[in-house]
Amino acid sequence: MQDGVPRVPLPMHPALADLVQLRTGAAYQVDRASLGLTLLAAPSHEGSWTAVVGAADLGIEAAAELGIDLTRTILVPDPGEQWVEATAALIDVVSVVLLRPPAAVPAHTANKLAARLRKRSSALVVWGDWPGAEARLRVLSSRWSGAEGGHGRLRSRQVRLGVQQGTSPERCAELWFPSAAGPVERVVDVAARVEVTA
Amino acid sequence: MRSLVLWCPDWPVVAAGGSGRLPCAVVTRSAVVACNDLARTSGVRRGMRRRDAQARCPELQLFDANPERDLRAFEPVLAAVEELRPGVAPVRPGMLAIKAPGRFYGSEENAAASIAERLVELGVWDVRIGVADDLFSAEQAARLADVQGWKVIGPGASADFLGRLPVEVLEDADLVGLLQRLGLRTLGDLAALPGRDVLTRFGAYGAKVHRLARGVDPVQPEVRKPPDDLVREVVFEPPLASVEAVSFSVRRTADQLVAALADRGLVCTSLRVEAEADDAQRSLLSSRVWVHSRWFGAVDVVDRVHWQLQATPAGALVGAPVGLVRFVPEVVEQSAAHADGLWGGGTDDRVDRGVARVQAMLGYDAVVVPVRQGGRSPADRQLLVPWGERPAGVRAPDLVWPGALPAPAPSRVFVEPWATSVVGPDGQPVTVTDRGVMSAPPVRFHSGSTSGWQAVDCWAGPWPVDEQWWEATGIGRGLVSRFQVVGVDGRAWLMRCDSSGWWTEAAYD
Repeated sequence: MQDGVPRVPLPMHPALADLVQLRTGAAYQVDRASLGLTLLAAPSHEGSWTAVVGAADLGIEAAAELGIDLTRTILVPDPGEQWVEATAALIDVVSVVLLRPPAAVPAHTANKLAARLRKRSSALVVWGDWPGAEARLRVLSSRWSGAEGGHGRLRSRQVRLGVQQGTSPERCAELWFPSAAGPVERVVDVAARVEVTA
Repeated sequence: MRSLVLWCPDWPVVAAGGSGRLPCAVVTRSAVVACNDLARTSGVRRGMRRRDAQARCPELQLFDANPERDLRAFEPVLAAVEELRPGVAPVRPGMLAIKAPGRFYGSEENAAASIAERLVELGVWDVRIGVADDLFSAEQAARLADVQGWKVIGPGASADFLGRLPVEVLEDADLVGLLQRLGLRTLGDLAALPGRDVLTRFGAYGAKVHRLARGVDPVQPEVRKPPDDLVREVVFEPPLASVEAVSFSVRRTADQLVAALADRGLVCTSLRVEAEADDAQRSLLSSRVWVHSRWFGAVDVVDRVHWQLQATPAGALVGAPVGLVRFVPEVVEQSAAHADGLWGGGTDDRVDRGVARVQAMLGYDAVVVPVRQGGRSPADRQLLVPWGERPAGVRAPDLVWPGALPAPAPSRVFVEPWATSVVGPDGQPVTVTDRGVMSAPPVRFHSGSTSGWQAVDCWAGPWPVDEQWWEATGIGRGLVSRFQVVGVDGRAWLMRCDSSGWWTEAAYD
């Protein structure tokens, strides 16, 4: 690579592994809190430290349900004006940072943080817009199931996830997110499992 | 060697701050641990169940048992007695023993009077003192003394004194019962038995009790070593007005403090930092206790001084210029208990440094650690603890919380709920009655965000909760119903309906 620092792949949830691969030294953009938390969950579960900057309204219980180890999680809920400095300081010490930028991010700020990411071998997951993101993950459509008119409860959600890497066309996948059995599952997997059991 | 025992009856009640005019009791989850005289006259006893105690004495004031608080509150008593006579042996919270000082005060009565007077000055009213040849006799004498009084058993008179006491004073229900069934009513009866017979019948324990009853127990109390003075101060001459200057100047003292602790094989995990002004009264500018996730190094100490004195990010000081900074280690622990494991352990050192940088930038409270806890609303189910502090008062998350929403949990929990509108088919706002009946099914809602009005795709609920109805005011007070509402755009929200209307509390983002 440019500065000779190897770009190590980070652990990924198996249901997302063939859609996108998180690597150190890059930024990834997501449009939902739960997507960002899912990307953080696998490295955290494997023993890495993670940090969340700027997301004061994060659901802690949902983070734990998605597989994040809360004892190795650092939160900076309200960094205010100094969110770039706080993010840079945390990039130095943890493997993955989830960032919610408070305002539109100018390209030169993103470049500065990208250089820091490459140097320190960390990854950045941005919940919001980020210029120069390696991949953009977004929820194209979602449908909750489990709740009827006043009966039942929210159980699972079928999501159409779009992943755009660079300028290549967007790739889509159907996911259960969350599924009835766990945090993320591919819809085809569920269909195949039903066939096998039938 | 004569022993003097000082006894403060019902110490857990005194330590908890129970008043002398009301019946008070200290209770664990189920049973009474200690109670004061007033409660005792109403029939409250040690070991009684909490509800039985309250039934006998409805005005009983209850305090939670906290052995650490008892110890902590007894520490000033130990220190006060230590000033009068070194070699204090704490027996348990509420009771201490010293070698009876006779000659210096003229007589043992005078010594007891001096000690009692000193403690009354300290604010401990109920003090009783016993003096005798051995520890056990002295303790029994103290139990027979009056409030702020003393009882002295002369040299060689212990056996006589103990002989008249009933066997119940032994505080061992099994042994007392057995002795009574054997017809031994007083300690004198027990002492009169031949030592060898007692040993064959009751074993080594019985032989020890026999020695106690004869007043010849040679055991001397274990004397505590007065704690080292670990407090360090820096005096600024002339006083300093800028935070930077203060933090720079305390660096050497912080080094000395950490080195002094290390010399004794100790580390400090909780430190009080005090800053005083340079005026005539030496008024306290700020005082704060800091807790560290591992232990304080010199750099950490300097950081804490910086954060504490920094009132504004611009570097202006709290109030007046600082004339003195004092470090008081509140909790020191053996460094062996905090050594790194062979393969590392505890908090990562590197992470600690990174977090310290963010804290230096944004302030101490800006970096937090998330903790799950029990509760009914999503906001109640989480807790943010400042980095380095230990979470206190966490409700158990794994218990059943009736009225809490089932998994999956919402991935966004709003700090401030949004005002929301939810209407039924007739366009009127949906309301929920006291009995949980809805006026109409929700059909359209306005979630307060930018998306405007939209139709309800599906919904679930209500999950009714009636919390804190006994409070006069408060958020979440009274009957509250929670709903999961999914809009036609596929987004799901957690909404709350209470007497003030509809609120969006969380989002299943």
